[in-house]
Amino acid sequence: MMMNIATALNTSPLQAEDKTLTFDYLDQLESESIHILREVAGQFERPVLLFSGGKDSIVLVHLALKAFRPGKFPFPLMHIDTGHNFTEALDFRDTMVETLGERLIVRKVADTIKEKKLTEQKGKFASRNALQTFTLLDAIEEFKFDACIGGARRDEEKARAKERIFSVRDEFGQWDPKLQRPELWNTYNGRIHKGENVRVFPISNWTELDIWNYIRRNNIELPSIYFAHNREVLEWEGQLVATSEFIKLDAADKVSVKKVRYRTVGDMTCTAAVESTASNIDDIIKEIIATKTSERGETRIDDRVSEAAMEDRKKGGYF
Amino acid sequence: MDILRFITAGSVDDGKSTLIGRLLYDSKSIMIDQLEAIEKQSKNKEDGEIDLALLTDGLRAEREQGITIDVAYKYFSTPKRKFIIADAPGHIQYTRNMVTGASNADLAIILVDARHGVVEQTRRHSIIASLLNIPHIVVAINKMDLVNNSEDVYNNIVIDYAAVAVSLGLKDIKYIPISAINGDNIVEKSANFHWYEGQSLLDILENVVVADDVNYTDARFPVQYVIRPQTEELHDYRGYAGKIISGVYTVGDAVTVQPSGLTSTISAIEIGGLQVNKATAPQSVVLHLKDNIDISRGDVIVQTENQPNVENTLEVLLCWMDNKPLVPGNKYLLQINSRVVRAVVKEIEYKLNVNSLQQEPAPEKAMLNDVIKATIKTASPIPYDSYKKLRANGGAILIDETSNVTVGACMIQ
Repeated sequence: MMMNIATALNTSPLQAEDKTLTFDYLDQLESESIHILREVAGQFERPVLLFSGGKDSIVLVHLALKAFRPGKFPFPLMHIDTGHNFTEALDFRDTMVETLGERLIVRKVADTIKEKKLTEQKGKFASRNALQTFTLLDAIEEFKFDACIGGARRDEEKARAKERIFSVRDEFGQWDPKLQRPELWNTYNGRIHKGENVRVFPISNWTELDIWNYIRRNNIELPSIYFAHNREVLEWEGQLVATSEFIKLDAADKVSVKKVRYRTVGDMTCTAAVESTASNIDDIIKEIIATKTSERGETRIDDRVSEAAMEDRKKGGYF
Repeated sequence: MDILRFITAGSVDDGKSTLIGRLLYDSKSIMIDQLEAIEKQSKNKEDGEIDLALLTDGLRAEREQGITIDVAYKYFSTPKRKFIIADAPGHIQYTRNMVTGASNADLAIILVDARHGVVEQTRRHSIIASLLNIPHIVVAINKMDLVNNSEDVYNNIVIDYAAVAVSLGLKDIKYIPISAINGDNIVEKSANFHWYEGQSLLDILENVVVADDVNYTDARFPVQYVIRPQTEELHDYRGYAGKIISGVYTVGDAVTVQPSGLTSTISAIEIGGLQVNKATAPQSVVLHLKDNIDISRGDVIVQTENQPNVENTLEVLLCWMDNKPLVPGNKYLLQINSRVVRAVVKEIEYKLNVNSLQQEPAPEKAMLNDVIKATIKTASPIPYDSYKKLRANGGAILIDETSNVTVGACMIQ
């Protein structure tokens, strides 16, 4: 005989701490992500969590706390530092890691450029976005990582919408969309050959709004640049790009101080700000509900290159 | 607010991608920049109208060939629900993708072209939906505009499909006439179907009851990871981390660990570091037991009064998903939740014709997309329930040990 939830709970007095009756979509997403993180811990010998200082990877860390405390994380955190980061994000990263008492590995794109004599992009918004793939693959080799946990979401981009939660990459880090393993039920097959690695995306099924609602519910701290602040920005093809030592200004450039916040946090060279007065999470959520532009569309300069920009980068080993 | 996971099944020309595009568009889940991007591509196609199908075709090969080659996941939400769509391709050669998408679905939308009615592909998709035990089915009869919104055409298709449903034992079925391309009956009920008394598609999706699909009777907890901080203050802490896949656990429950058969009592339950008295599926928790017994990843903690089967011979319906054929006698790894064991496919009993549900004589080997009934022997006993009774503990995958690829999906009988 099947019981429904009400009968199941009525068989003994309901406890004050029972969350079951209020177990909603965020709890379901949280539980699924924790399950995935624990599968990584159970299946791999040398996993790593890729930490960028952005909201999605901060949520990942929060989920890892729920999955593994009071134990230590069964993996270190790793930041691939392009050298083009927002100071606020770096400071936040260091404070957070210290509070957590977990291990952080930092590998710098600048070092890879020097060692491998890589050619940097030229032009106004010369970005190291493409070059960070080299540093990531080197670090995977250096530490022999077999699984890299990342905070990518399927709602971000069309190519991501097709990627598995356990996504196998060959020894060049390449993703082959046509050779993906079927992923059934909640059973994850993380078996790989030596030299291969698996990219694991525990928050695949979360949307941008889910992330913000989860941050609000759990009072998760974020770097200050996510909230409205005054910043000197350059207006470029309808986007607002923070002025910095990494961007070449021309005489004709329109630079002004605006009240902005960041919707995503990537490199200073390829992340745009949005005009906003939202100084707290509630206001940010209101703005996101009202927005007419997608997260990546509004803030990522790097996706605009071509229709298949993300697909191509993923095939080349990018996250 | 909860989550509904659904799959859309239809053939290439049934307008499946258009339907999804329409749901996303009309529920305002499409942003301006995404729309501009597909407008640009639509113009390249020179048919003027925005091609909503382009919203779901993610990869370059798909855009170039106008096909869908893999399962894509799409998201939208309304104040009532968050929706996760698994958009599975309909071509014959990609049946494995539909099986993949269907494995987690609460509901399947089966698209029927009003001009063609119930065809072979409709049967195949329905058979897969029934094999994977999808609890709710919506038969969306599309392109009604091309048959003058005719009630007779609609009724005949409903009668035809009802026969299929009976033969498959499908239970909760709803029928709806739609025109995805015009948005008729998708979000709002359309005046074009004045004879139709049911709900709009979105209304159905928002209101189908899925809470009762969770099994709260048979408590199953596969151990994923053992938390042992081994610090001074937490010297004796030993927590079993995992997700309750079905049932309810309460502190004080008498439990058995399978397949070892060792017994103990639950001494504490933690969720996200907080102690609770009771937890239910599908929560991720940490269980503590009174006795220090040998438990490791892959073991299943169950209530002593309600046991799963624990055996090493399994009768399975198996969907083969690899290009290399399955030959009886071949050895694989079988993974059920967190447990992995060696397994050998002993014999094929019959092949299921997924277009007719007829049992055909056992072939010498099973090919990609074949569904067969087979006997599997595992190297050690595994705790399982029949898939029909408990989806969460009755589905297993086969892994090729040499390629590491997932090659088969087993529904244990």
